[in-house]
Amino acid sequence: MDRLLNVVTGMSALLIVLVLFSVRRARIRVEYSVAWLAGAVALLALSRASGLLHVIADLLGVADPPLALLLIVGCVFLIIFYRFSLIISQLKDDNIALAQRVAILEYHIESLKDRAAGF
Amino acid sequence: MKAPEQAEKLLILVPAYNEEGAIRGVVEAVKQVMPGTPVLVVDDCSKDSTVAQARSADASVLPLPHHLGLGGCVQAGYKLAFELGYEFVIRVDGDGQHDARDIPKILEALRASGCEMVIGSRYVNGTNGGTSWLRAAGIRFFRTVLRPILGKSVRDPTSGFVGVNRSALAVFSRSFPLEYPEIEALVVLQRRRFKFVEVPCHMLPRRTGRSTITPMKSIYYIVHVLLGVFVNVLKYERRIPTESRRS
Repeated sequence: MDRLLNVVTGMSALLIVLVLFSVRRARIRVEYSVAWLAGAVALLALSRASGLLHVIADLLGVADPPLALLLIVGCVFLIIFYRFSLIISQLKDDNIALAQRVAILEYHIESLKDRAAGF
Repeated sequence: MKAPEQAEKLLILVPAYNEEGAIRGVVEAVKQVMPGTPVLVVDDCSKDSTVAQARSADASVLPLPHHLGLGGCVQAGYKLAFELGYEFVIRVDGDGQHDARDIPKILEALRASGCEMVIGSRYVNGTNGGTSWLRAAGIRFFRTVLRPILGKSVRDPTSGFVGVNRSALAVFSRSFPLEYPEIEALVVLQRRRFKFVEVPCHMLPRRTGRSTITPMKSIYYIVHVLLGVFVNVLKYERRIPTESRRS
Protein backbone atom coordinates (compact mmCIF):
# COMPACT_ATOMS: atom_id res chain seq x y z
CA MET A 1 0.00 0.00 0.00
CA ASP A 2 3.01 2.28 0.38
CA ARG A 3 3.29 2.06 -3.36
CA LEU A 4 -0.23 3.47 -3.70
CA LEU A 5 0.71 6.38 -1.44
CA ASN A 6 3.81 6.98 -3.56
CA VAL A 7 1.68 6.99 -6.70
CA VAL A 8 -0.67 9.58 -5.15
CA THR A 9 2.35 11.67 -4.13
CA GLY A 10 3.74 11.49 -7.65
CA MET A 11 0.39 12.32 -9.27
CA SER A 12 -0.19 15.24 -6.90
CA ALA A 13 3.29 16.65 -7.61
CA LEU A 14 2.70 16.21 -11.33
CA LEU A 15 -0.66 17.97 -11.08
CA ILE A 16 0.90 20.90 -9.20
CA VAL A 17 3.64 21.26 -11.82
CA LEU A 18 1.10 20.96 -14.66
CA VAL A 19 -1.23 23.58 -13.18
CA LEU A 20 1.62 26.00 -12.43
CA PHE A 21 2.95 25.51 -15.93
CA SER A 22 -0.49 26.19 -17.41
CA VAL A 23 -0.93 29.31 -15.27
CA ARG A 24 2.49 30.57 -16.36
CA ARG A 25 1.51 30.09 -20.01
CA ALA A 26 -1.85 31.79 -19.35
CA ARG A 27 -3.80 28.65 -20.33
CA ILE A 28 -5.62 28.59 -16.98
CA ARG A 29 -6.71 31.76 -15.26
CA VAL A 30 -5.27 32.12 -11.75
CA GLU A 31 -8.70 32.02 -10.09
CA TYR A 32 -9.49 28.66 -11.70
CA SER A 33 -6.11 27.17 -10.81
CA VAL A 34 -6.68 27.65 -7.08
CA ALA A 35 -9.09 24.71 -6.73
CA TRP A 36 -6.70 22.36 -8.54
CA LEU A 37 -3.64 23.56 -6.59
CA ALA A 38 -5.42 23.36 -3.24
CA GLY A 39 -6.66 19.84 -4.03
CA ALA A 40 -3.24 18.66 -5.23
CA VAL A 41 -1.38 20.15 -2.25
CA ALA A 42 -3.85 18.56 0.18
CA LEU A 43 -3.41 15.16 -1.44
CA LEU A 44 0.38 15.54 -1.48
CA ALA A 45 0.42 16.40 2.22
CA LEU A 46 -1.92 13.55 3.14
CA SER A 47 0.02 10.99 1.15
CA ARG A 48 3.18 11.92 3.07
CA ALA A 49 1.63 12.31 6.53
CA SER A 50 0.86 8.73 7.51
CA GLY A 51 -0.12 9.68 11.08
CA LEU A 52 -2.76 12.11 9.91
CA LEU A 53 -3.96 9.60 7.33
CA HIS A 54 -4.43 6.97 10.04
CA VAL A 55 -6.49 9.41 12.10
CA ILE A 56 -8.68 10.23 9.08
CA ALA A 57 -9.06 6.53 8.21
CA ASP A 58 -10.22 5.84 11.78
CA LEU A 59 -12.68 8.72 11.59
CA LEU A 60 -14.08 7.43 8.29
CA GLY A 61 -14.18 3.86 9.55
CA VAL A 62 -11.91 2.64 6.78
CA ALA A 63 -9.51 -0.08 7.82
CA ASP A 64 -6.81 0.76 5.30
CA PRO A 65 -5.38 4.35 5.32
CA PRO A 66 -4.45 4.36 1.60
CA LEU A 67 -8.07 3.45 0.79
CA ALA A 68 -9.17 6.42 2.89
CA LEU A 69 -6.82 8.54 0.81
CA LEU A 70 -8.42 7.24 -2.40
CA LEU A 71 -11.83 8.11 -0.96
CA ILE A 72 -10.58 11.62 -0.21
CA VAL A 73 -9.11 11.90 -3.73
CA GLY A 74 -12.51 11.01 -5.18
CA CYS A 75 -14.31 13.55 -2.98
CA VAL A 76 -11.81 16.33 -3.75
CA PHE A 77 -12.19 15.83 -7.49
CA LEU A 78 -15.98 15.59 -7.24
CA ILE A 79 -16.03 18.95 -5.47
CA ILE A 80 -13.71 20.48 -8.06
CA PHE A 81 -15.81 19.11 -10.94
CA TYR A 82 -18.99 20.40 -9.33
CA ARG A 83 -17.44 23.84 -8.91
CA PHE A 84 -16.40 23.90 -12.55
CA SER A 85 -19.83 22.68 -13.66
CA LEU A 86 -21.31 25.72 -11.91
CA ILE A 87 -18.80 28.00 -13.63
CA ILE A 88 -19.40 26.44 -17.06
CA SER A 89 -23.17 26.70 -16.66
CA GLN A 90 -22.90 30.37 -15.72
CA LEU A 91 -20.55 31.02 -18.64
CA LYS A 92 -22.92 29.26 -21.05
CA ASP A 93 -25.87 31.36 -19.85
CA ASP A 94 -23.80 34.53 -20.15
CA ASN A 95 -22.57 33.50 -23.57
CA ILE A 96 -26.11 32.89 -24.88
CA ALA A 97 -27.39 36.17 -23.46
CA LEU A 98 -24.43 37.99 -24.97
CA ALA A 99 -24.87 36.39 -28.40
CA GLN A 100 -28.58 37.28 -28.36
CA ARG A 101 -27.78 40.85 -27.32
CA VAL A 102 -25.16 41.22 -30.07
CA ALA A 103 -27.63 39.91 -32.66
CA ILE A 104 -30.39 42.26 -31.46
CA LEU A 105 -28.08 45.28 -31.38
CA GLU A 106 -26.81 44.49 -34.88
CA TYR A 107 -30.42 44.21 -35.97
CA HIS A 108 -31.22 47.65 -34.51
CA ILE A 109 -28.13 49.15 -36.18
CA GLU A 110 -29.12 47.71 -39.56
CA SER A 111 -32.68 49.02 -39.09
CA LEU A 112 -31.34 52.50 -38.30
CA LYS A 113 -29.07 52.38 -41.34
CA ASP A 114 -31.98 51.36 -43.56
CA ARG A 115 -34.12 54.12 -42.13
CA ALA A 116 -31.34 56.69 -42.64
CA ALA A 117 -30.95 55.50 -46.22
CA GLY A 118 -34.65 56.19 -46.76
CA PHE A 119 -36.03 52.64 -46.93
CA MET B 1 -39.18 45.27 -39.56
CA LYS B 2 -40.09 48.19 -37.36
CA ALA B 3 -41.88 48.66 -34.05
CA PRO B 4 -45.55 47.79 -34.57
CA GLU B 5 -48.27 50.35 -35.19
CA GLN B 6 -51.39 50.04 -33.08
CA ALA B 7 -53.14 47.98 -35.72
CA GLU B 8 -50.37 45.46 -36.34
CA LYS B 9 -49.32 43.88 -33.11
CA LEU B 10 -48.60 40.40 -34.37
CA LEU B 11 -45.18 39.07 -35.27
CA ILE B 12 -44.56 35.73 -36.95
CA LEU B 13 -41.35 34.24 -35.60
CA VAL B 14 -39.55 31.60 -37.64
CA PRO B 15 -36.53 29.94 -36.02
CA ALA B 16 -34.34 28.35 -38.68
CA TYR B 17 -31.16 26.35 -38.90
CA ASN B 18 -29.91 25.09 -42.28
CA GLU B 19 -33.34 25.43 -43.88
CA GLU B 20 -32.33 26.88 -47.26
CA GLY B 21 -34.64 24.47 -49.06
CA ALA B 22 -37.74 25.31 -47.05
CA ILE B 23 -37.46 28.78 -45.57
CA ARG B 24 -38.49 30.74 -48.64
CA GLY B 25 -41.63 28.66 -49.03
CA VAL B 26 -42.45 29.02 -45.33
CA VAL B 27 -42.15 32.81 -45.43
CA GLU B 28 -44.16 33.06 -48.64
CA ALA B 29 -46.90 30.84 -47.22
CA VAL B 30 -47.11 33.01 -44.09
CA LYS B 31 -47.21 36.21 -46.12
CA GLN B 32 -49.96 34.78 -48.31
CA VAL B 33 -52.13 33.94 -45.30
CA MET B 34 -51.22 37.01 -43.23
CA PRO B 35 -50.45 39.82 -45.69
CA GLY B 36 -48.84 42.82 -44.01
CA THR B 37 -47.83 40.89 -40.91
CA PRO B 38 -44.09 41.13 -40.24
CA VAL B 39 -42.15 37.87 -40.43
CA LEU B 40 -38.92 37.55 -38.48
CA VAL B 41 -36.61 34.68 -39.33
CA VAL B 42 -34.13 34.00 -36.54
CA ASP B 43 -31.18 32.27 -38.14
CA ASP B 44 -29.25 30.06 -35.73
CA CYS B 45 -25.96 30.55 -37.59
CA SER B 46 -26.87 28.32 -40.53
CA LYS B 47 -24.04 27.01 -42.68
CA ASP B 48 -26.13 27.23 -45.85
CA SER B 49 -27.97 30.07 -47.60
CA THR B 50 -30.93 30.23 -45.18
CA VAL B 51 -30.36 33.96 -44.49
CA ALA B 52 -30.23 34.85 -48.18
CA GLN B 53 -33.31 32.73 -48.95
CA ALA B 54 -35.28 34.34 -46.11
CA ARG B 55 -34.29 37.84 -47.25
CA SER B 56 -35.22 37.02 -50.83
CA ALA B 57 -38.72 36.21 -49.54
CA ASP B 58 -38.83 39.67 -47.95
CA ALA B 59 -38.58 38.50 -44.35
CA SER B 60 -36.68 40.37 -41.67
CA VAL B 61 -33.73 38.31 -40.48
CA LEU B 62 -32.09 38.20 -37.08
CA PRO B 63 -28.82 36.33 -37.65
CA LEU B 64 -27.24 34.93 -34.47
CA PRO B 65 -23.45 35.20 -34.22
CA HIS B 66 -23.07 31.53 -33.34
CA HIS B 67 -25.22 28.43 -32.98
CA LEU B 68 -27.33 28.60 -29.80
CA GLY B 69 -29.75 25.72 -30.29
CA LEU B 70 -33.51 25.97 -30.70
CA GLY B 71 -34.30 27.52 -27.31
CA GLY B 72 -31.66 30.24 -27.55
CA CYS B 73 -32.74 30.96 -31.11
CA VAL B 74 -36.44 31.29 -30.25
CA GLN B 75 -35.66 33.34 -27.16
CA ALA B 76 -33.62 35.82 -29.22
CA GLY B 77 -36.72 36.37 -31.34
CA TYR B 78 -38.91 36.74 -28.25
CA LYS B 79 -36.50 39.30 -26.79
CA LEU B 80 -36.52 41.38 -29.97
CA ALA B 81 -40.31 41.15 -30.27
CA PHE B 82 -40.70 42.24 -26.65
CA GLU B 83 -38.34 45.18 -27.13
CA LEU B 84 -40.22 46.27 -30.24
CA GLY B 85 -43.51 46.19 -28.36
CA TYR B 86 -45.33 43.36 -30.10
CA GLU B 87 -48.49 42.14 -28.40
CA PHE B 88 -48.62 38.66 -29.94
CA VAL B 89 -45.95 36.39 -31.36
CA ILE B 90 -46.70 33.18 -33.23
CA ARG B 91 -43.85 30.78 -33.80
CA VAL B 92 -43.77 28.81 -37.04
CA ASP B 93 -40.97 26.31 -37.62
CA GLY B 94 -38.64 26.92 -40.54
CA ASP B 95 -38.87 23.36 -41.90
CA GLY B 96 -42.38 23.85 -43.24
CA GLN B 97 -44.15 21.37 -40.96
CA HIS B 98 -46.56 23.99 -39.67
CA ASP B 99 -49.43 24.93 -41.92
CA ALA B 100 -49.54 28.73 -42.23
CA ARG B 101 -53.32 28.54 -42.81
CA ASP B 102 -53.69 27.72 -39.12
CA ILE B 103 -52.10 31.00 -38.00
CA PRO B 104 -55.39 32.98 -37.96
CA LYS B 105 -56.89 30.26 -35.75
CA ILE B 106 -54.07 30.60 -33.23
CA LEU B 107 -54.28 34.41 -33.31
CA GLU B 108 -58.01 34.31 -32.79
CA ALA B 109 -57.61 31.97 -29.81
CA LEU B 110 -54.93 34.25 -28.34
CA ARG B 111 -57.25 37.24 -28.61
CA ALA B 112 -60.46 35.54 -27.54
CA SER B 113 -59.37 33.12 -24.82
CA GLY B 114 -57.26 35.48 -22.72
CA CYS B 115 -54.75 32.64 -22.34
CA GLU B 116 -51.09 33.53 -22.33
CA MET B 117 -50.22 30.71 -24.72
CA VAL B 118 -52.01 28.92 -27.53
CA ILE B 119 -50.66 25.63 -28.82
CA GLY B 120 -51.34 24.41 -32.31
CA SER B 121 -52.08 20.76 -31.63
CA ARG B 122 -52.04 17.88 -34.08
CA TYR B 123 -54.17 15.80 -31.72
CA VAL B 124 -57.19 18.05 -31.28
CA ASN B 125 -59.21 17.14 -34.37
CA GLY B 126 -56.18 17.78 -36.55
CA THR B 127 -54.21 15.37 -38.68
CA ASN B 128 -50.95 14.17 -37.23
CA GLY B 129 -48.77 14.79 -40.27
CA GLY B 130 -47.34 11.29 -40.22
CA THR B 131 -46.02 11.32 -36.67
CA SER B 132 -43.70 8.37 -36.07
CA TRP B 133 -44.69 5.76 -33.46
CA LEU B 134 -41.65 6.80 -31.45
CA ARG B 135 -42.72 10.41 -31.29
CA ALA B 136 -46.33 9.44 -30.62
CA ALA B 137 -45.17 7.26 -27.72
CA GLY B 138 -43.03 10.12 -26.38
CA ILE B 139 -45.98 12.50 -26.59
CA ARG B 140 -48.20 10.05 -24.70
CA PHE B 141 -45.51 9.67 -22.04
CA PHE B 142 -45.10 13.41 -21.52
CA ARG B 143 -48.85 13.91 -21.55
CA THR B 144 -49.02 11.60 -18.52
CA VAL B 145 -46.09 13.27 -16.77
CA LEU B 146 -47.39 16.79 -17.36
CA ARG B 147 -51.01 16.13 -16.38
CA PRO B 148 -50.51 16.47 -12.59
CA ILE B 149 -47.96 19.28 -12.96
CA LEU B 150 -50.06 21.45 -15.24
CA GLY B 151 -53.34 20.51 -13.63
CA LYS B 152 -54.88 19.82 -17.02
CA SER B 153 -54.23 17.62 -19.98
CA VAL B 154 -52.15 18.84 -22.89
CA ARG B 155 -52.70 16.82 -26.05
CA ASP B 156 -49.60 17.89 -27.96
CA PRO B 157 -46.90 19.10 -25.54
CA THR B 158 -44.08 18.85 -28.09
CA SER B 159 -45.71 21.16 -30.62
CA GLY B 160 -43.58 24.13 -31.62
CA PHE B 161 -46.51 25.81 -33.35
CA VAL B 162 -47.35 28.19 -30.51
CA GLY B 163 -48.62 31.69 -30.05
CA VAL B 164 -47.90 33.80 -27.00
CA ASN B 165 -49.20 37.11 -25.77
CA ARG B 166 -47.16 39.93 -24.27
CA SER B 167 -47.32 38.58 -20.71
CA ALA B 168 -45.77 35.29 -21.77
CA LEU B 169 -43.36 37.21 -23.99
CA ALA B 170 -42.15 39.14 -20.95
CA VAL B 171 -41.50 35.89 -19.09
CA PHE B 172 -39.85 34.09 -22.01
CA SER B 173 -37.61 37.08 -22.71
CA ARG B 174 -36.09 36.53 -19.29
CA SER B 175 -36.38 32.80 -18.84
CA PHE B 176 -36.69 30.27 -21.63
CA PRO B 177 -35.53 26.64 -21.76
CA LEU B 178 -32.59 26.30 -24.08
CA GLU B 179 -32.31 22.88 -25.65
CA TYR B 180 -35.76 21.32 -26.07
CA PRO B 181 -37.98 24.23 -25.09
CA GLU B 182 -41.57 23.21 -25.86
CA ILE B 183 -42.40 21.02 -22.88
CA GLU B 184 -40.35 22.93 -20.33
CA ALA B 185 -41.89 26.21 -21.51
CA LEU B 186 -45.29 24.88 -20.41
CA VAL B 187 -43.93 24.31 -16.91
CA VAL B 188 -42.33 27.77 -16.88
CA LEU B 189 -45.76 29.25 -17.64
CA GLN B 190 -47.53 27.05 -15.11
CA ARG B 191 -45.19 28.31 -12.38
CA ARG B 192 -46.63 31.76 -13.01
CA ARG B 193 -50.20 30.52 -13.07
CA PHE B 194 -50.46 31.38 -16.75
CA LYS B 195 -53.03 29.61 -18.86
CA PHE B 196 -52.78 27.84 -22.19
CA VAL B 197 -55.25 26.40 -24.64
CA GLU B 198 -54.85 24.06 -27.61
CA VAL B 199 -56.38 24.56 -31.01
CA PRO B 200 -56.49 21.90 -33.74
CA CYS B 201 -53.84 22.36 -36.41
CA HIS B 202 -52.51 20.42 -39.35
CA MET B 203 -48.93 19.30 -39.37
CA LEU B 204 -47.30 18.76 -42.74
CA PRO B 205 -44.33 16.63 -43.73
CA ARG B 206 -40.98 18.45 -43.80
CA ARG B 207 -40.50 20.38 -47.04
CA THR B 208 -36.86 19.32 -47.44
CA GLY B 209 -34.23 17.30 -45.63
CA ARG B 210 -35.08 14.74 -43.03
CA SER B 211 -35.37 14.56 -39.30
CA THR B 212 -32.13 13.86 -37.45
CA ILE B 213 -33.94 12.16 -34.56
CA THR B 214 -32.52 8.71 -33.81
CA PRO B 215 -33.59 6.25 -31.07
CA MET B 216 -30.52 7.25 -29.01
CA LYS B 217 -31.34 10.94 -29.40
CA SER B 218 -34.93 10.19 -28.41
CA ILE B 219 -33.76 8.61 -25.16
CA TYR B 220 -31.49 11.59 -24.50
CA TYR B 221 -34.42 13.88 -25.28
CA ILE B 222 -36.71 12.11 -22.82
CA VAL B 223 -34.14 12.16 -20.01
CA HIS B 224 -33.17 15.77 -20.69
CA VAL B 225 -36.73 17.04 -20.83
CA LEU B 226 -37.80 15.05 -17.76
CA LEU B 227 -34.93 16.56 -15.81
CA GLY B 228 -35.76 20.01 -17.17
CA VAL B 229 -39.41 19.62 -16.15
CA PHE B 230 -38.56 18.66 -12.59
CA VAL B 231 -35.89 21.36 -12.29
CA ASN B 232 -38.48 23.91 -13.38
CA VAL B 233 -40.99 22.53 -10.90
CA LEU B 234 -38.44 22.84 -8.09
CA LYS B 235 -36.93 26.13 -9.25
CA TYR B 236 -37.47 29.08 -6.99
CA GLU B 237 -38.33 32.20 -8.90
CA ARG B 238 -40.16 35.21 -7.66
CA ARG B 239 -43.70 35.18 -8.92
CA ILE B 240 -44.59 38.12 -11.13
CA PRO B 241 -47.49 40.09 -9.66
CA THR B 242 -50.62 39.87 -11.80
CA GLU B 243 -50.84 43.64 -12.27
CA SER B 244 -47.31 44.00 -13.65
CA ARG B 245 -47.84 41.00 -15.98
CA ARG B 246 -50.21 43.09 -18.02
CA SER B 247 -47.86 46.05 -18.33
